[in-house]
Amino acid sequence: MSETMPDSALITALIAMLGGAIRVSTPFMFVALGECLTEKSGRINLGLEGSLVLGAMVAYAGSFLTGNPWAGVFFAGCAGLVLGALHGFICKLPKVNDIAIGIAFMSFGTGLAFFFGKPYIQPQAPKLEAIHLGDWTGDPRLAQALEVNPLFFVGVALAVFMWWAFRNTRWGLVVRMTGDSAAAAKAMGVSVDLVRFIATAIGGFMAGIGGAFLSLYYPGSWNQGLSSGQGLMAVALVIFARWGPLRCILAALLFGAAGALGPSLQSVGISQGYYFFNAAPYILTLLIMIASARSKVAAREAPGELSITK
Amino acid sequence: MADMTVQSLSAASIKRRPSVGTLKFAESIFIPVAALIASAALFSVFLLMLGKSPPMFFQLLWVGGFGSSFSFQNTLQRAAPLILTGLAFAVPARIGLTMIGGEGALVLGGLSAAAIAIPLVKAGVPAFLTLPVMAMAGMLAGGLWIGFAGWLRHYRGVNETISSLLLSYIAIATMNFFVEGMLRDPASANKPSTMPIGEAYRIGAIPGTQVHWGLAAGVILAIALHILMTRTTFGFAARVTGGNARAALAQGLPVGKLIVVCTMIAGACAGLAGFYEVAAVHGQANASLVAGYGFTGILVAFLARQVPLAIIPVAVLFGALSAAGGIIQRRMGMPDATVLVLQGLIFVVLLTSETFYGRIPFLQPKRAEDRT
Repeated sequence: MSETMPDSALITALIAMLGGAIRVSTPFMFVALGECLTEKSGRINLGLEGSLVLGAMVAYAGSFLTGNPWAGVFFAGCAGLVLGALHGFICKLPKVNDIAIGIAFMSFGTGLAFFFGKPYIQPQAPKLEAIHLGDWTGDPRLAQALEVNPLFFVGVALAVFMWWAFRNTRWGLVVRMTGDSAAAAKAMGVSVDLVRFIATAIGGFMAGIGGAFLSLYYPGSWNQGLSSGQGLMAVALVIFARWGPLRCILAALLFGAAGALGPSLQSVGISQGYYFFNAAPYILTLLIMIASARSKVAAREAPGELSITK
Repeated sequence: MADMTVQSLSAASIKRRPSVGTLKFAESIFIPVAALIASAALFSVFLLMLGKSPPMFFQLLWVGGFGSSFSFQNTLQRAAPLILTGLAFAVPARIGLTMIGGEGALVLGGLSAAAIAIPLVKAGVPAFLTLPVMAMAGMLAGGLWIGFAGWLRHYRGVNETISSLLLSYIAIATMNFFVEGMLRDPASANKPSTMPIGEAYRIGAIPGTQVHWGLAAGVILAIALHILMTRTTFGFAARVTGGNARAALAQGLPVGKLIVVCTMIAGACAGLAGFYEVAAVHGQANASLVAGYGFTGILVAFLARQVPLAIIPVAVLFGALSAAGGIIQRRMGMPDATVLVLQGLIFVVLLTSETFYGRIPFLQPKRAEDRT
């Protein structure tokens, strides 16, 4: 392809992809970290897609009504927290299937977001400001690519914190133990239901923040087509990242790059097959799932209580 | 110990109580209906909080769904694809798979049907030959699509819930790719579409109604699949696999084949729904195919407890909900997503109600230990 394309166009496309990867990856990262926490405790929440969409709507409405985008981010987290807590509460009941409940919350969260979000499609809400990291380069393309949203760094910090906390704190140990063997946790006097409830609720909070990024930064508006499965792809991403918070960052960047493929090719005038490149993240996710499904390493690191890997 | 069990069993059979089967059946009706009523109550609270009138909502729901012959036909029209997508979820569910890719199979089925129609219509092949070819193409595309997810599940260990939903997104992107590109009809300016198949090739209505033949196909398939799943060796083997895949393998059942066949049947049902959407409703393939029938079908199947026959009435219920959406929107000034909220609420409450199976006292067979 590079032979038919001048070098500068290729570089433009690559830079656009770098910037795109950072931008697109942020919501993936938040949802993946939330899902990582939930799955580490031994439960799976497929409903984070619903939390993501509801978070996006609440963030936009919150930012519009208060005039402060960070208030919107906080409200989005709270909306996700409520959905996550409901999911955690219902899954605690006997005979309830966490995967099926996740599908239900996907549709419930999306429905609520569309219902309450109708009045906010038109108005302009204050957006999150980016940090300009690339101004010193003097290259406008690089400068644009390096406009990074503070939430990206929050996500990275969160991942590092979770990585540290899982290894070095009592809470981290409790969560891991609950996920690996409910019986062992019970024997230690830990309330399995309570740990999972809290882990699912906090996971929902993170997914809500991921949604806030969608509506308040990139693409930066609220509409009904805002999320197309990012919340669900994040679940697959966690499996790919083998339940490691640090690996979640890398996996999110990879997915972000795949998601940025279509738009960055379009930025240099290649619009043919745009819709096909739009499918790239889904195809990548599927291929990764196929590759990692029977992997022995993944099997070793999977939380023992998780139903999705069995 | 063994003696006691024998004694109590014989004692239980002497005492006149409804049989275990009857009680289970009563339970499987009672709990979903109670869940529906509870959802309606919760939704009423939701409406009251918004300052809207619940009685008016449910009255409009009745009027818009069943009130007149026109609205009832509208309901049935919308129920047709829901029966098929409901079957697309229920059949794999019986074999223990949570396959949520009905939307993608429907879209791809519709696209394939519309695509294969283009050369046939251009060549002037008569409708009675073209339509079956279109239907076959739709069913084949949908069947291969979901069958692939089933194959991945069994032979590669890929979680079918995630893979089938990913395949749905890929199917929608594929449809957009072809409809915006290779297969685009230049005349479709605002809404990229494939070439219309033309009035002569449209499937008409069932005589005496305005409901298209997809409804009949759905009912026939539901009955056929009900018989297949409950009255044949194949269905028995599939249900054994769904109950305990390891035991089925140990018994020498061809689990892999069963899974692939069941998922292909499921995909074919959804693909057929796509064919009817193209051949009877839209006349071409475009973004209108992505109408959420695949996702509502999941809810339909859950409410019908994966029983193919029960899917028919449940699909009519949700068809009514969707048909009444417009009138509710206009008369009560509520957004079109109102129906989505109600559906999501029913979904959550219904799945929560699963916890009550085996725990409602008057619906349980008397156990031996209760009387000692």
